[in-house]
Amino acid sequence: MSTVKTLEDLKRIREEAIEKRKAKAISGEVQVIVGMGTCGIAAGARDAMKAILDVIEINNLSGIIVTQTGCIGLCEKEPIVQVVLGEQSKVTYGKVTPEVAIKIMKEHVDGGKPVQSHVITLT
Amino acid sequence: MKTARSMVLVSADPESIRRGSEKIYSTFQEELSQLGLQDEISLSWLSDSGRHNALPMVVIYPEAVIYGPITPEDVPYIVEEHLNKGRIASSLVAPIHELSGRIAWLSSRKGTLPAEKRIVLERAGIINPEDVQDYILHNGYKALGKVLITMNPLDVLNEVDASGLKGRGGAGFPTGQKWRFVSKATSNKKYVICNADESEPGTFKDRLVLEGDPHSIIEAMAIAGYAVGADEGYIYIRGEYALAQERMRLAISQAQELGLLGDNIFNSGFNFNIHVHSGAGAYICGEETALIESIEGKRGEPRSRPPYPTTNGLWKKPTLVNNVETLANIPAIIRKGASWYRSIGTPKSPGTKVYTILGNVNATGLIEVQMGITLREVITIYAHGMKGNSTFKLAQTGGSSGSIIPASLQDTPMDFESFNKAGVALGSGALLICNEDTCIVDLCKVLVNFFKNESCGKCNPCRIGNDRAYQILSNIAEGVGTMQDMKDLESIEMYLYQMSNCGLGQTAGTPIKDTLSHFRAEVEAHIKLKICPTGVCRMSGHKVN
Repeated sequence: MSTVKTLEDLKRIREEAIEKRKAKAISGEVQVIVGMGTCGIAAGARDAMKAILDVIEINNLSGIIVTQTGCIGLCEKEPIVQVVLGEQSKVTYGKVTPEVAIKIMKEHVDGGKPVQSHVITLT
Repeated sequence: MKTARSMVLVSADPESIRRGSEKIYSTFQEELSQLGLQDEISLSWLSDSGRHNALPMVVIYPEAVIYGPITPEDVPYIVEEHLNKGRIASSLVAPIHELSGRIAWLSSRKGTLPAEKRIVLERAGIINPEDVQDYILHNGYKALGKVLITMNPLDVLNEVDASGLKGRGGAGFPTGQKWRFVSKATSNKKYVICNADESEPGTFKDRLVLEGDPHSIIEAMAIAGYAVGADEGYIYIRGEYALAQERMRLAISQAQELGLLGDNIFNSGFNFNIHVHSGAGAYICGEETALIESIEGKRGEPRSRPPYPTTNGLWKKPTLVNNVETLANIPAIIRKGASWYRSIGTPKSPGTKVYTILGNVNATGLIEVQMGITLREVITIYAHGMKGNSTFKLAQTGGSSGSIIPASLQDTPMDFESFNKAGVALGSGALLICNEDTCIVDLCKVLVNFFKNESCGKCNPCRIGNDRAYQILSNIAEGVGTMQDMKDLESIEMYLYQMSNCGLGQTAGTPIKDTLSHFRAEVEAHIKLKICPTGVCRMSGHKVN
């Protein structure tokens, strides 16, 4: 990325990011976002993350982006994993153990059906 | 406390009782059980509401509608309209001109569910903290660009002043005023420090911002630097926050790469650089002068004031020290304007406050809500009620140095003014909610023990006072306290407040003061009857020291 010197530069970076995001959504790419704040990590987010990456590696899946984010304030529900399938809206899961993570990968990411038992609603 | 769909509160101050609020209460009971609603709707007394013009009154949550003055004959109508049909019985709503202060504010937002309002935590948990592009996508660095290209430093000061933002570190000092002090100080070099040494037990709101949204702090510090004329900043992050430090360092290097930190930012001729300084685990280093000493490489001991850091701070240069949460409000204020910020919260304490909820409640975690929400609302709505239907006994706000708030103050709006009036402090935003199984002597002992360990030892009142207070409380907890001990505690508390050098010692006596003023009977039971009413203290009968 080049340096930002004017508001136009800033706007350009922003538009690039929006474009990128749109392209991702249209191509049906899957985003798996793991909450990796200190509370999430303490509750086992690394294990969940590892399980997710393992599933991707073992099954040789493509088109899935695994990213991290900070704490969202629901420390009690950690580890939290969010899944976005293409242009669909975000689904948030709470208390994601490695087993649940594998289930999410199989049923939701692969099968397209959210794992209702672990979905949490954000108020 | 059960989780009910609605909550009805009937005022219970002497004036309301005289005007028949007991009859109103019993009529509510009858009406509710007639309709079979008694399990869905909780009915309780409203502790002192502070206003007497519309008594007796009834407050119904979650809509926060205030009815008053009402008579027992009005009750069936309210139950039918509001609780059964879900319509506000507008003919009985208390007229606003008859009310003032906190209740007026409460009634001005009637009909709205007090939802969370996120300014500080807007992006945390949404964006990838290690990706600057994601931050820019969510309106990041827009405020910095706006400030550097279209505003001069005085405009920025005026905007922050007009927003009415107050320091969120605990003391609540007006931020705009502090900025002005530093701006007015003449010097060839000035500094901006972000105080991220969040060591109040139970508080972790700053960590969330540092870990989830590090760029917002960088942006805010650069804006502050431009406004006060500083070109160098330090972020003092507590040693335990390894992840926060790592992410902050990464964010700084990303900002430097993009030219958002460094020389000639946005071609404006303004230079700004930020360093991360790691704390080493001392509570006292959250005190601004001790923090400055620590950055200078000295032992973290507070300085004597005046002179204040605004004129003689880091390396004797004018220095602006702001809390993480305070700074995190700045970009939004610049982007959306001071009048927008003023529209949130209460007139005298605008904006939001981040609370960390912990203790005997069903849902712990972080919330960001408008200033002026009450403790009762926090517990029943955001914390989903008390754990196991237990009874709320007290709340400890703002970590160890905050206040102990008894259940009778749970209807006080949580903002700086209302809390000052009630004689308690808002503090840094930790809310430790305790049920009836908590022993006040035990709690006080734990808090004083914390200060005993964390006192830096520079001044005598704090070093000796906390130690002695801990001894006395331990003896009371062992069942060997005397009535003289209570008097001694009172004088220790007074000396701590009046004679200590810094904020640590001055606030160390708060738990003692609150214990003795709100829970005196419970302490006396330990001394006179030699029993701990909650069965927590050992009461061994042996003197500890």
